[in-house]
Amino acid sequence: MAVTYDAPSGDLGAFLKRRDDGGASLDLLVPDARCAGCMGKIEREVATVPGVRLARLNLTTKRLSVEFAQGGAADPGAVMATLGKLGYRATPYDPSAAADAHDREGRALILAIAVAGFGVMNTMMFSVPLWAGLFGQELGPATRTVMMWFSGVVGAPCALYAGMPFFRSAWRSLKARRANMDVPISIGVLLTLVVSFSETVLGGRDAYFDAAVSLLFLLLIGRWLEHRLRARASSAAADLLALQSPTATLVGEGDALTVAPVSQVRPGDVLLVRPGERLPVDGRVVDGASELDNSLLTGETAPVAVGAGEVCRAGALNLSGLLRLRAEARSEDSALAAIARLVELGAQSKSRYVQLADKAAAIYVPVVHTVALLTFAGGWFIGLGPREALIRAAAVLIVTCPCALGLAVPAVQITASARLFRRGVLVKSGAALERLAEVDHVVFDKTGVLTEGRPRLRDTCPAALAMAAPLARASRHPLAHALAEAAGEGPLAVDVVEHAGLGVEGVIDGRRARLGRAGFLGVESHGSETELWFGFDGDLRVRFTFADAMRPDAARVVAALRKRGLGVEVLSGDLEGPVARVAELAGVDAWQARRTPQEKAARIDALRAEGKRVLMVGDGLNDAGALAKAHAAIAPGTALEASQNAADLVFSGEVLAPVVEALDVARDARARALENFGFAALYNLVAAPAAMLGFVNPFVAAIAMSGSSLVVTLNALRTGAREWTS
Amino acid sequence: MDILMFLAPFSLGLGLMAVAAFWWTLRRGQYEDPAGDAARILVDDPEDRPLA
Repeated sequence: MAVTYDAPSGDLGAFLKRRDDGGASLDLLVPDARCAGCMGKIEREVATVPGVRLARLNLTTKRLSVEFAQGGAADPGAVMATLGKLGYRATPYDPSAAADAHDREGRALILAIAVAGFGVMNTMMFSVPLWAGLFGQELGPATRTVMMWFSGVVGAPCALYAGMPFFRSAWRSLKARRANMDVPISIGVLLTLVVSFSETVLGGRDAYFDAAVSLLFLLLIGRWLEHRLRARASSAAADLLALQSPTATLVGEGDALTVAPVSQVRPGDVLLVRPGERLPVDGRVVDGASELDNSLLTGETAPVAVGAGEVCRAGALNLSGLLRLRAEARSEDSALAAIARLVELGAQSKSRYVQLADKAAAIYVPVVHTVALLTFAGGWFIGLGPREALIRAAAVLIVTCPCALGLAVPAVQITASARLFRRGVLVKSGAALERLAEVDHVVFDKTGVLTEGRPRLRDTCPAALAMAAPLARASRHPLAHALAEAAGEGPLAVDVVEHAGLGVEGVIDGRRARLGRAGFLGVESHGSETELWFGFDGDLRVRFTFADAMRPDAARVVAALRKRGLGVEVLSGDLEGPVARVAELAGVDAWQARRTPQEKAARIDALRAEGKRVLMVGDGLNDAGALAKAHAAIAPGTALEASQNAADLVFSGEVLAPVVEALDVARDARARALENFGFAALYNLVAAPAAMLGFVNPFVAAIAMSGSSLVVTLNALRTGAREWTS
Repeated sequence: MDILMFLAPFSLGLGLMAVAAFWWTLRRGQYEDPAGDAARILVDDPEDRPLA
């Protein structure tokens, strides 16, 4: 369901951020700004708006920040109007504090990478002469010790600084009495530093300062990739939410209209909801008549007429008339509470999911530590002495350090999500991709998923269509809009009056005509289909029927999923007739109609009890529970906020093909990750015994470590290279 | 070998300068908008417009 967003004409002061110096700033999301031309035009024009001191567009995040001069009149409405005139949609954006904190973490990681990079390059400078010494070149013990001291003085502080993210995470996990991947990394690095220093002091041969720093450098790159994946997903999700009417129009004293963020609406407030807007909160109609599209809430596509005194739900789309509502709940605790509980339950079960890298770590950590301990104890026992035994144990920890796990899995996930992002699919987390890869059964919602979720005119007589079109073009009602779309360009009716909740009246070629509900034209309604009646004054009445059109590739997507060995079924809140029709067109035999949100979630539970891993594709509020409970969940970009939050992936566009693409890329990513683990295991099978037997010196360790990281990263880049052709 | 005592700290100093320069670019927000920075070179300076 396409949400048309009308720039609110009222007061946008709620989104102004006051600065200490008396000025103010405003953040706007301009999703359509793409090129240098757009940027230049927007910045130039907005800067000419009175009161604006500076306008700067971030082309990467599509955010326009506008600074107003101090003391001047700050008018966000004028800025929005200017953007509208230039042809750009703009939405006030409320950047949350959480996003800022996230960015700080990213900067800290980049700085740690920079320090580690400095450490690697400069310890290498002293390591190269040492390595040369290993191969019989002349290097006196005194020079060697000097080189080792240099490399320790440079390397150790860098390693301690760059290792902080790992040490902190390891400490947190140890306090929780668990061992994550950062525990062996931290122990390995610290032990290596201690051994290297003691060797330097004792005038020994091997110092691994360079290995410790370069290990951290490689792992930090992986950490940063992971961070970027999370940051981008959360910022894109925030963008989507910002586009969904974040404001409510409040009616104050003397009918003064103010626009406020939805979160500020209190029960008892009177709200104005224009046609084309979604109801921001649950409320009771004070006055006005209109039709509501509840399809996101119930799955039923037929519009429901509402009048004064009736209760309506948040998330419903106002179709035809102006409505005044008295808010009955805040946006956080609207009728959504029951569904929110379902979602929370589902999210808990998802958080128990163990990611591949953690599964690998659970095996890896004890094995590597046992091997290192055995090396130390065994070496001492066979008479190597504690010093040599400790060096070998440290060498085992260093060469087996988990680059493949720390670097390769994030690299695979970021490659996969970047490929999906370019095709309009937003991946919320790496774990989501892993869960998606395991799916073996797909459950589709009907409205807005298999279908486009908006009405299309069904077969009709072209002559009748041409007669009604001039009036339809003049109306804003979605059904009239569908009719006008079918008729194409043409003349417009004059003297047009919209009767809220009834229809539209106007003059075509000198004759008065009406287009609207059956009652508006004085006829009896036929059947249950979505319909619109048209007639000239005192003439024949023509009936137009509308149906929700299928997404063009629904049947092909279902066939493609079958071919990949997945079961497919449809679960809808709509009536039997439309569900059966859509299921047949899509080629699905298993379907259930008239499901409540609870029944949908229960069906997912039942499938899970059968041992199936379910992918839920849904958009409505009635799907949110099922989306949260399913093993993996995908929602279209037009879905309600709650559903997008419950889903793991969000796709945009008119077609359903992204579902198959996401599945393919996820499976591909899983294969790459497993290959990388296989490679890491093979590498450790060779490297660990070599280190135990004392064949590993600092030079071998440096080559082996960077070599294995390079191999797993290159392998990761192969992810999702295949195109899905329909 | 005495030259080492001069050259090693000197090269470290150069390296530290690079880290400091990188830290400065990070603080100045030069990595916040790579797409915009690439495009901005094509846009005429706003100072070029006639004063309103």
